[in-house]
Amino acid sequence: MKIIRIALLILLLAAFIAFPLVFSDPAITEVAVFTLFFAAAASGWNIFSGYTGYIALGHAVYFGVGAYAMALLCQDLNIPAGYTPFLLLPVAGLIAAAFAVPLGWIALRTRRHTFVVITIATFFIMQLMAYNLRFITQGSAGLSLPIPFDWSADFFNLPFYYVALAILLLALGTSWWVRNSKYGLGLLAIRDDEDRALGLGVKTGPFKLIAFVLSAFFVGMIGGLHAYFNGSIFPPFAFDALFDVAIALMAFLGGMGTLFGPILGALILVPAQQYLTIISGETGYNLIMYGVLFLVIILLLPQGIIPTLGKMWHKWVARRSIKEIPPAVATTTAQEALVTESTAKKDEVNL
Amino acid sequence: MANLIIEAVITGILTGGVYALMSSGLTLIFGVMEIINIAQGALVILGAYLSFWLQDNFHIDILVGLLITMPIMFMLGLLIEVAFIRPLKRNRTMLSILVTFAIAMIIEGVLTRQAGATYVQLNAWYVTASFKIGGFYLPYIYIFGFLLSVVLLSGLYVLLYRTKFGYSLRASMQNRTAAELIGIDVERVSAITFGIGVALAAAGGVAFGATNLFNPNSHYDLISRLLVIIVLGGLGSLRGALVASVALLVIGDVTAVVWSPVWSSTVFFMILVITLLVRPQGLFGQLEGRKQ
Repeated sequence: MKIIRIALLILLLAAFIAFPLVFSDPAITEVAVFTLFFAAAASGWNIFSGYTGYIALGHAVYFGVGAYAMALLCQDLNIPAGYTPFLLLPVAGLIAAAFAVPLGWIALRTRRHTFVVITIATFFIMQLMAYNLRFITQGSAGLSLPIPFDWSADFFNLPFYYVALAILLLALGTSWWVRNSKYGLGLLAIRDDEDRALGLGVKTGPFKLIAFVLSAFFVGMIGGLHAYFNGSIFPPFAFDALFDVAIALMAFLGGMGTLFGPILGALILVPAQQYLTIISGETGYNLIMYGVLFLVIILLLPQGIIPTLGKMWHKWVARRSIKEIPPAVATTTAQEALVTESTAKKDEVNL
Repeated sequence: MANLIIEAVITGILTGGVYALMSSGLTLIFGVMEIINIAQGALVILGAYLSFWLQDNFHIDILVGLLITMPIMFMLGLLIEVAFIRPLKRNRTMLSILVTFAIAMIIEGVLTRQAGATYVQLNAWYVTASFKIGGFYLPYIYIFGFLLSVVLLSGLYVLLYRTKFGYSLRASMQNRTAAELIGIDVERVSAITFGIGVALAAAGGVAFGATNLFNPNSHYDLISRLLVIIVLGGLGSLRGALVASVALLVIGDVTAVVWSPVWSSTVFFMILVITLLVRPQGLFGQLEGRKQ
């Protein structure tokens, strides 16, 4: 079973690596690049919100900080266009993470709804700062980044695709490590019952803050990469309220707190959104359709795809094992059903 | 300078009343249903547009038009609650925020289809005419908007504290399960509360639309302010919403005069952050909000 899973993962990775080489149309690879941006950001977001159950709706702050850090670094260090700006991404991520320390500390003093609202408030503060601190950000005039002109249109998307894939793998690896470590167990305990976790000796404060900063780091790197991809940044796009909700919805659609849920959500939602924007233009239809899509997903799949599928799978396995064994040994059936159920549950956890 | 500050304080108090109207709906909905209605800002803008169209097409005065728009918005609130909020059984905190955000997007999209992105403002004789008070001129709309808030909030007070429905509503706010146990139909109370909250948004929309330029996109700015107000006042506390509205608007207006208008919103948010460092539950919030 384990070998099959590993083989499947390698196959999946190979598919991701080969994708832009097979479908080399720039229009398609551009959608793929955006999908990976969001998949990596949503995976990062999931490390905090998915595991601790605290819903952060202000991660566009770290996206924006990463973007501005990238632009300012390129400007101040006179970085030429090409491959060097990619090396600055970890720095952009670290700067975003540094912002997340005080902001997370303040926000995490509160819980539940108040926490959500404070994350939203920090988002608006930072957006206003981007407009108002003109001597740093140039206000609404925006900042521009070096543009690699010598990359042909066919080639342009490829470096961004693979760098985004690398960040995604890094986020996924971190997420996997957190999920399977004692630290991650502490985070899950916080999600289930914070006061009890505290009583049992989980250092809830530092645990939450570390997860928050980790998630900000990945979102910040994606922000920097996105800025370089676009070639320019403006306050409303670097600090975009839609981004806050989009990554939450992606993680939620795939399954909050699962390893692959956010990626699955991004794989479905980003192409859908790009498609809606293309067929309807920017005249309000896209907002209506995206909103309706939101509502349908939330009302039909309130648990997310992966948990729902996991449940269906283990129901199916349990039913099949009952059918296979004759009713004379009903007790063993029940026991086996229990065993399969527990392994199925374990599968669900491992996802 | 002193004159300007006095003017800022007066307009701050008057517009603070209007914000109290909009945020009381939001905090009421939170108190009963434990959900944050992100669509409140969009509903305020929708209310403003409804009044705008009534005036444009049928020449109905914007304040008189409230007699039509408030019932419509009340029904819309009922509809939203029954169709989209009630089906959420588990993980309501998260899901309700996403659902109401989706509703806000749909409203913004519909308004963009209908009205485009151009800025408009509601108009009436009392919007343009002004009277002299102290050393400056104040448009009548500020007074009318404030009076509208006083009337509606007094009505809300009577409803909450002097009627049987008010008792049910406050019981549901204090303890949902216990309220159900003593025979209160909490779902019905929730739907009506949501309707009232949305109707108040419509009334706030008229006062907002007459004193500000707005377009379908304005709701982001509005909801961020309303959220700050209800969190600062303490989630679920009506008194907190009133005090925080007036305090924030006065501080914002004074900042605009003494420092610069671009910083007034930032000061708004800074006060929230500083207050929450000292009192995480907000000014009038109860500590039980910290329990998870």
